[in-house]
Amino acid sequence: MSNPAPAPGHGPLLEIRDLTVLFTVPDGVARAVDGIDLTVGEGETVGLVGESGCGKSVTALAVLRLVEPPGHIAHGSSIRLEGRDLLALGAKEIRAVRGNHVALVFQEPLSALDPVLKIGDQVAEAIRAHEHVSRGTAHWRAVEMLTAVGIPDAARHAAAYPHQLSGGMRQRALIAMALACHPKLLLADEPTTALDVTIQAEILELLDSLQQRLGMAVLLITHNLGIVAERTRRVYVMYAGQIVEEAATEQLFSHPSHPYTEGLMGAVPSLDERKDRLQAVPGQVPPATAWPPGCRFHPRCPFAWEKCLKEMPDLLDVTPVHKARCWLVEEPQRRVRSEA
Amino acid sequence: MTAPALVEVRDLVTHFTRRAGMLGTRKETVQAVNGVSLDVARRETLGLVGESGCGKTTLGRTILRLVERTSGTVRFDGEDVFALGPEPLRRLRRRMQIIFQDPYASLNPRMSIGRAVKEGIEVHHLASDPEAERRVTALLQEVGLSADAAQRYPHEFSGGQRQRAGIARALAVEPEFIVCDEPVSALDVSVQAQVLNLLADLQARRGLSYLFISHDLAVIRHIAPRVAVMYLGRIVEEGPSEAIYARALHPYTQALLSAVPVPDPKTKRQRIVLAGEPPSAVHPPAGCPFHPRCQHPAKDETCRTTRPELRALETGHRVACHKADA
Repeated sequence: MSNPAPAPGHGPLLEIRDLTVLFTVPDGVARAVDGIDLTVGEGETVGLVGESGCGKSVTALAVLRLVEPPGHIAHGSSIRLEGRDLLALGAKEIRAVRGNHVALVFQEPLSALDPVLKIGDQVAEAIRAHEHVSRGTAHWRAVEMLTAVGIPDAARHAAAYPHQLSGGMRQRALIAMALACHPKLLLADEPTTALDVTIQAEILELLDSLQQRLGMAVLLITHNLGIVAERTRRVYVMYAGQIVEEAATEQLFSHPSHPYTEGLMGAVPSLDERKDRLQAVPGQVPPATAWPPGCRFHPRCPFAWEKCLKEMPDLLDVTPVHKARCWLVEEPQRRVRSEA
Repeated sequence: MTAPALVEVRDLVTHFTRRAGMLGTRKETVQAVNGVSLDVARRETLGLVGESGCGKTTLGRTILRLVERTSGTVRFDGEDVFALGPEPLRRLRRRMQIIFQDPYASLNPRMSIGRAVKEGIEVHHLASDPEAERRVTALLQEVGLSADAAQRYPHEFSGGQRQRAGIARALAVEPEFIVCDEPVSALDVSVQAQVLNLLADLQARRGLSYLFISHDLAVIRHIAPRVAVMYLGRIVEEGPSEAIYARALHPYTQALLSAVPVPDPKTKRQRIVLAGEPPSAVHPPAGCPFHPRCQHPAKDETCRTTRPELRALETGHRVACHKADA
């Protein structure tokens, strides 16, 4: 069994402690991310899974200090990269971290690529933003990068504009840009969600092989449990701004301990057998301005009792390497479905 | 299938012209649907699966005559959909509806949900006013929305609720056949399961037939007892889901299934990696449309020159591949 703590002898690469991100909106203050702790070891692939509105993308933006008003990172939050406090860095220093140490790839490559610049020039620009190399060298390196991410005939495609490429090619180009400066950590936010399954498989294989070659760590943010199962060693489940479960991936799938995690697993149709009915999680994710009191999942939970309505559980130890934010960990005899 | 099909599609072809080139002066023909035949029986769900650009959405819309065909026929309950004049077509439209991936496409943002649902009842003169109101309330309840939803507007709803409203609107005219075009693709997993369960309940209660279009193989497996796999405008494999998911016969279906990530860390699938990008529907390859990406070890000259027809290899299981064997 793999150990969820980073391998001994290595400090964590990324260490997030008590991260809170607030958005001031007309309806009040949204606690989009609310006191999360998360670690990524060197070279490790960690999953961050949850549905839309749970705070997973905001977490990634916070690491790069890209949260924009009306959002802000609350005081008392801490994000450390190789021990360095990213929240204490000046504007110039944080820019150096982006790309040089941490890169971000997200779902819609079109919005991340400049529509009026050729792909090759964009990758070259990314290289020159972080390294002092000549235009010619940067261009040559860009073509090399585009080849490395599996773009056929890269020299020719380098001269193409983003709209001239397919979705899969654009995502490859974006990955090439992100990896141009060999980051130690890649934040991949739903990197394949907009793509067809066959292309998705290729992109994920590509990330795997690049990761092994470059020794890079990946925080893989996704709603897709299949991707988590196949690609990660350790996983965090997020719900309503909080981490609700964390475990080694195998452990999470064999013994899901938070009813939300269980609910997600029951809700996914299977490729191998036909269930008569999907076990849907009732209701929906509440708005971030109005997280329910007590356990935030209680209105949707089949096991909730009085305590859950009033008291928010901490992340409790299921085993020394598996935690769940659920009172059932302490009172397993309460695991009785109250059929509505 | 013993009873005649409710929907009968034969050799359907839909091509359309679009502008291309830097100045949009050059025209090119997109061969979106390229000779499709299929049947949907009463009370049946036929799953239609394929990747983006394979023509599945155009096929669904052509069947409803929301798009004009180039050639071929569509019969609905025996009537030739493309031979109908405006008035008979309007009457037929009531019996065939569509649910979109983005319910915004079918809901007017300035119209309350109640009005949107009532509209169809009025257009088809299905009920007088107080009766129509009563039906709207019953429909909203049937799809799991609260009664006060009638006064609210699409933007006030979550994605799942909007999709329920879209379903209520489609049901208002009491259709027999619904084309469900990626109805759960934009929804979160937990909500997706709610809507899939709802669609199954409605089908059982109302005896509906569905053509369920999706790129998600697991969703199709769940909802459809029979499935058709589409590639570059053609059906390449068709049969009982049970058979196809256990043992796909077409190399494309095999690759597609192997690419789906499985939510079980202990399973490791042998992945079939396809060569290259999907070819364009403007210049589909000669011979088998899949041959440039095909990994079948027996691929040969026949595949490059002759297009394989769908042939039955097992009962009700058809495949368009020269090299497939049962």
